Amino acid sequence: MKTVLTVLRKDLLLELRGFETLPAMVLFAIVTFVIFHFGLNQDTIDGQLAAGVLTVTLLFAAMLGINRLFVAEREQGGFDAFLLAPVDRSALLVAKATALFLFLVVLEVIAVPAFGLLLLGPSLGHALPGLIAVLALGDVALAVIGTLVSAIAVQTRARDLIGPIIGLPLLLPALIGMARGAGPLLAAHGSSSPPGRWVAILALYDVVFALLSYAVFDFLLED
Amino acid sequence: MLRNVSLQVPAGSTLAVLGRNGAGKSTLLRILATLLRPHAGEVLVFGEALPRRGFAVRGRLGLLAHDPLLYRDLSGRENLSYHARLHGVGPERVQEVLDVVGMRERADEPVRLLSRGLVQRLAVCRTVLHAPSLLLLDEPLANLDPAATELVGPLIGRDCGATRVLTSHDPQAALAEADIVLGLEDGRTAFVTSPDNVDPVAVKRLYA
Repeated sequence: MKTVLTVLRKDLLLELRGFETLPAMVLFAIVTFVIFHFGLNQDTIDGQLAAGVLTVTLLFAAMLGINRLFVAEREQGGFDAFLLAPVDRSALLVAKATALFLFLVVLEVIAVPAFGLLLLGPSLGHALPGLIAVLALGDVALAVIGTLVSAIAVQTRARDLIGPIIGLPLLLPALIGMARGAGPLLAAHGSSSPPGRWVAILALYDVVFALLSYAVFDFLLED
Repeated sequence: MLRNVSLQVPAGSTLAVLGRNGAGKSTLLRILATLLRPHAGEVLVFGEALPRRGFAVRGRLGLLAHDPLLYRDLSGRENLSYHARLHGVGPERVQEVLDVVGMRERADEPVRLLSRGLVQRLAVCRTVLHAPSLLLLDEPLANLDPAATELVGPLIGRDCGATRVLTSHDPQAALAEADIVLGLEDGRTAFVTSPDNVDPVAVKRLYA
């Protein structure tokens, strides 16, 4: 746990110094909402369409963070320095996934209200608790799978290509779960709680990939 | 690629590895540092077989590589504090090594703003932060002026107390530091001998 906190603290400090990842993710999401606003030629959207627009935008914004997650480790020797330390290697997975999860939370704190203002018809108020639950479960999937994919992609020259090629298919079930879970919440006079089936599927997907990532991450760090 | 390299380095002694670019010097160091997995053969560090027992030797060795292994956007002190926490070393040790290399005043500047010589001093600090028993030094004095070379002496020099494996493109300087000399030519052993018995012609041939 101490190692996880050490690496996480370093990652957050690097982001605070460089501001390279989060601003890009937030700006991308807001610009995408504006483009959807004009592209759909509708002032407001709701229901499943709104959920699809929101979750797809968040997924693509997350890809920006995923692609950059291990760049400092690769380009500035962070991998070697970590591997030389007498620590559990899976601490790097947990720290990176936690950093990405926090980036996604900050992204959503800004992007979801912006979505409410720019595109969403119904008020967010009643849907917010359910939406937070769905997004949190989706964020866990994005963070865990994103970390795994980023660790693979950063070892290649075409990391900006490999990340989405591997990551998007793996993240598709999570995207479906998020969109189907959020759809009823964003409908006019919609439900205040997400469908239990999709919440359960998202939670199961989180657990399966967390275990899988834990099992294979050590091998990804081998030279 | 390394082939047919076989030798023992007694504790407390210094092995100098000579050879031109691409001879396999850095590869040898990375294998000893547990960062590269040998495809064949046997590598023992502190009597522990690598890579299987790598976890038992990490933390007891320090690698000073071409890359300083420091984050450019963090200050020297932040970098060293990060490494100190990874190695379970207290913050007072960070200040201690910074003082030895004369970096107290510049320790809070981002690494990206420092000259190569100052970055190399920080890299030396990172390497010895946890007082390793084995130092793997790849061109340790690169970018250091004579004054800085003298400053880092107590940490990575002959009298630092650790077993050392060092590489150098300067054979004379390396021979002056060594107890054993390994000449590498295209990944193969050209010679293993004591510094007194090194054939100058063989050394010259290594760099031809």
